[in-house]
Amino acid sequence: MITTLYALLYYAATIIFVVGIAYRVWGYWKTPQPANIVTTPAPVTRTGVVWRMFKEVAFFESLWKSNKWIWIFAMMFHLSLWLIIVRHLRYFIDPVWTVVVLAQPFGKYAGFFFVLGGLGLLFRRFVVARVRYISAPSDYLMILMFIGIGLSGLLMTFVNKTDIVAVKAFFRGLMTFNWQPLPADLPVLVHLGLVAVFLIVFPFSKLLHAPGVFFSPTRNMVDNPREKYRPVPWLPPVSEVTFDPPHGSKQS
Amino acid sequence: MAEEEKVIEELTTEEALTDPLYVPEPVEGATEHVRSFPAAPQFQEKLGYPGERPENWQEVALAKMDELRGKFRSFRLFLDICVKCGACTDKCHYYMGTADPKNMPVARQDLLRSVYRRYFTLPGKWFPDLVGARELTEDVLDEWYTYYFQCSECRRCSVFCPYGIDTAEITMAAREILDSVGYGMKYTNEIIGKVFDIGNNLGLPKPALASTLEDLEEEIEDDTGVKVRLPLDEPADVLLVTPSADFFAEPHIDGLIGYAKVFHALGEKWTLSSYASEAANFAMFIGSYENMRRIALRIRKAAIDLGVKRIIIGECGHAWRAAYQFLNTLAGPFDFLDPKYPVPQHICEYTWEAIQAGKLRFNKEENDFYKVTFHDSCNVSRASRMGNYPGGQFDIPRNIIKAVCNHYYDMPEGTIKEATLCCGGGGGLLTDDLMEIRKKGGSPRMKALKQASEEYGVNKMAAICAICKTQFSKIMPYYGYGMDDIMSVHQLVSNAIVLPGSEQEAELDGTDENEATEAAE
Ligand code: SF4
Ligand code: SF4
Repeated sequence: MITTLYALLYYAATIIFVVGIAYRVWGYWKTPQPANIVTTPAPVTRTGVVWRMFKEVAFFESLWKSNKWIWIFAMMFHLSLWLIIVRHLRYFIDPVWTVVVLAQPFGKYAGFFFVLGGLGLLFRRFVVARVRYISAPSDYLMILMFIGIGLSGLLMTFVNKTDIVAVKAFFRGLMTFNWQPLPADLPVLVHLGLVAVFLIVFPFSKLLHAPGVFFSPTRNMVDNPREKYRPVPWLPPVSEVTFDPPHGSKQS
Repeated sequence: MAEEEKVIEELTTEEALTDPLYVPEPVEGATEHVRSFPAAPQFQEKLGYPGERPENWQEVALAKMDELRGKFRSFRLFLDICVKCGACTDKCHYYMGTADPKNMPVARQDLLRSVYRRYFTLPGKWFPDLVGARELTEDVLDEWYTYYFQCSECRRCSVFCPYGIDTAEITMAAREILDSVGYGMKYTNEIIGKVFDIGNNLGLPKPALASTLEDLEEEIEDDTGVKVRLPLDEPADVLLVTPSADFFAEPHIDGLIGYAKVFHALGEKWTLSSYASEAANFAMFIGSYENMRRIALRIRKAAIDLGVKRIIIGECGHAWRAAYQFLNTLAGPFDFLDPKYPVPQHICEYTWEAIQAGKLRFNKEENDFYKVTFHDSCNVSRASRMGNYPGGQFDIPRNIIKAVCNHYYDMPEGTIKEATLCCGGGGGLLTDDLMEIRKKGGSPRMKALKQASEEYGVNKMAAICAICKTQFSKIMPYYGYGMDDIMSVHQLVSNAIVLPGSEQEAELDGTDENEATEAAE
C-alpha cells in the first residue's frame, strides 16, 4: 500500500519536475532579450562572461558584495546540498561511481551544515524586519521543507538507521519498473514525502532561480552593444520606418 | 501622525545623519503620500497611449503584462526567480532616505509580482494568500503609480542581487502598463511630447538655440580672446548630441563651453543639430521601446543629413545609456559612419584621448580654488562603458579631472563606482511634484559628500549628467552646500584649458607685457 503510494507519487513528481522545468526554461529561452542590458562593469568577451557566471554560480559573488551573513548561510546551504545530492546518487546507480563513493563521508556530515544554513536563513527571515516584510507564508514553508528534509535525513543516517539497501532496491525498482517494497519507517516516509513535494513545487516556485540564473541578461551578456548590432526582433527594421517629420528645423 | 514621528525617529539619529549607507528600520507608508501629477489626455495620446482609463482597464493591463512577458526575457525571468533573500533590501537610496519598505527593491518588484502571480501562475491562482498574490484593483494601480515613480531606475539593486535582478526593468514595465491604461506621468510624458514637437526636452526652437549658441561664442571670446565656434546644422565630421539642459541651465552650460573649447583646440569640424538637439531619451524611463526609438531615430537622421563621420554624446547619464546600450539596437546599423570610431562615443572618451595624445594644454592652477570629488552617475556606472575595458567609465572622467585639477579626492568606498548612489532625481523623477522624494533619495549621496568634505576639505562635486547637475543644484542647499558646488566635468576642463592664441596662453608664456615686466621685477 505505502509502496504503491510512494511509487506513484515519485513517478508523478518526477514527471512534473522534469516537464515543468523544461517548460519554464523553454519559456526563458524563446523569449527575446531585445537590448543589451548587462549590468556594467561587465566582461567584454564571451570567455569573460563564462568566468563571471562561474563566480556568480559557484561563489555567489554578488551576494558576497551585498551581505556577508546571507552569503555564509546560503553558501553553507547550497554547498551541502550539492554534496548531499552527489552522495544520494548511490541510491540510483549501480555500480556506484568513484566520485560518489568519495563524496560519501562528506555528504553524510553535510546534512548538518545543510540544516544549519537553512536555520540561519530562516532566522534572518524572522528577525530582520526588512526581510520579514518581504516574506510570504510560502517563503517560510519552503525553508521549513528543506529543514524537514535535512532533519529526517539525518535521523535516518545517524539515529534511527534505515535499511538503506531496501531503499535503494525501491528506487532501482522504480527505475526498472519492477517495484520493490519500501521500508515503512516514519523518517523514511517523511524524508521521501518532502523530497517529492520539493520536486513538485520546483517548477512553480522561486526554486526556478537555479536554472534561471543562467538566463539573467544583466549577468550573461557580453558588454558589446556598440560593437555588435542586435536589432529588436519585434520592431520593424530601420529601413522600413518613417522618420518623424522635421519640426522647427530646416532639414529636408 | 504616528508614522511621521517614527520616520523622524528613524532618520534623525546621529548615525542616520552621518553614515551614507545607514539603513533605517522600515516604517510602513512613510512616503505613500508622495505622488507626481498624472499626464493629461492630450500628452498621453501623442505617445500612442489612451488618454482616459478604458472601461476594461484590468483586462488591458493584464494583456499588456502578458505581452511584455513575451517581449522581454528580463521581465519574464525576474518575475519568477527572486528568492526573497533580502540582499537588495538595504541597497536602494530611496529606502535609505525614506524608510518606506515599499522602496526596498524586492518589495517594489513585489507590487507587480503579486499581481503577476495571481493571474499567471498556478500557485497564485489556487493559493493566493500562501504565495502573496493579489487581485489587480484600483488601489493596486494607484500604489504602482506611487512607488514605481519613486524608483530612479538606477540599477544599484541589480549589482547586489545574486541573480542580477534589475528592479529598473520591472519599473519600466510597470510604467508601460500604467501608460497602456492611460495612467501616465505628466513630467516624463510631456517632455517626450516636446521632443516630438520641437526636438528637445526644453522645447527650444531653432532660432532660440542659434541665438544661445551665438551668445556663448561671444562669451568665450570675451574670456579668452579666441573666436571659438559653436556650429549649428553645418556639414561636419562630428555630430555632437547633448542634453538640451546644456544650452540653458547652470552648471550644464559651462560644460558645453568646455566641449566647444576642446573641439576648437583640436581643430575638429563639428556641429550640433537643431533636429536632434536632445541626447536625453525619456522614453527609456517609461519603458517604451517604440517611443525610445522615435527619439533615437532623430539622431540617425541628423547624422545622415549632416553627413558626419561620427557621433559624440555630451555629458548626461541616462542619455549615455540610451546611446550606449540602445542607439545601435534601435536606430542602427550605423554602417554609414566611419568604422574607425565606436558608435556612439562619449565626450569624455574624446577628450581623454586628446589628453593622452598630449594635444591639449592645461593650466591646472585655474582650478586651484577647488577640491574636487566626482559623482558617478548611475547609468554611466552600471549601464555603460567608456574606453575599451570594463570600468573605463570610472577611470576616464577621473583621469580628465586629475589632468585639469590639482586636488582630487574620492568619496567613501561603497558610495562610488559600481556601488554609486543615485542623485535622487533620475529615472524621470526630476519634477517639483516629487521634491520630497528627491531630497530624501539624495541624502545618502549628500552624506557621502559631507564625509569627503570633512576628511579632505572637498568643496566641489563634478558630474557628467544633466539630471544629476540639476538635481544637485536644487538639493545641495538643503545640505549646507551652495547651488554652484556641483560642476560639469568639462567646466573644469574649460577653466584650465589653454587655447592656442588665447589671453591665457599669452599670460602663461610671458608674452603679455604686464606679465613680462612683473616677472622681470
Ligand atoms: S537580492 Fe535579488 S533575489 Fe534577493 S530579494 Fe532582492 S531581488 Fe530578490
Ligand atoms: S533601480 Fe535604484 S531606485 Fe530603483 S529600486 Fe533599484 S536601487 Fe532603488
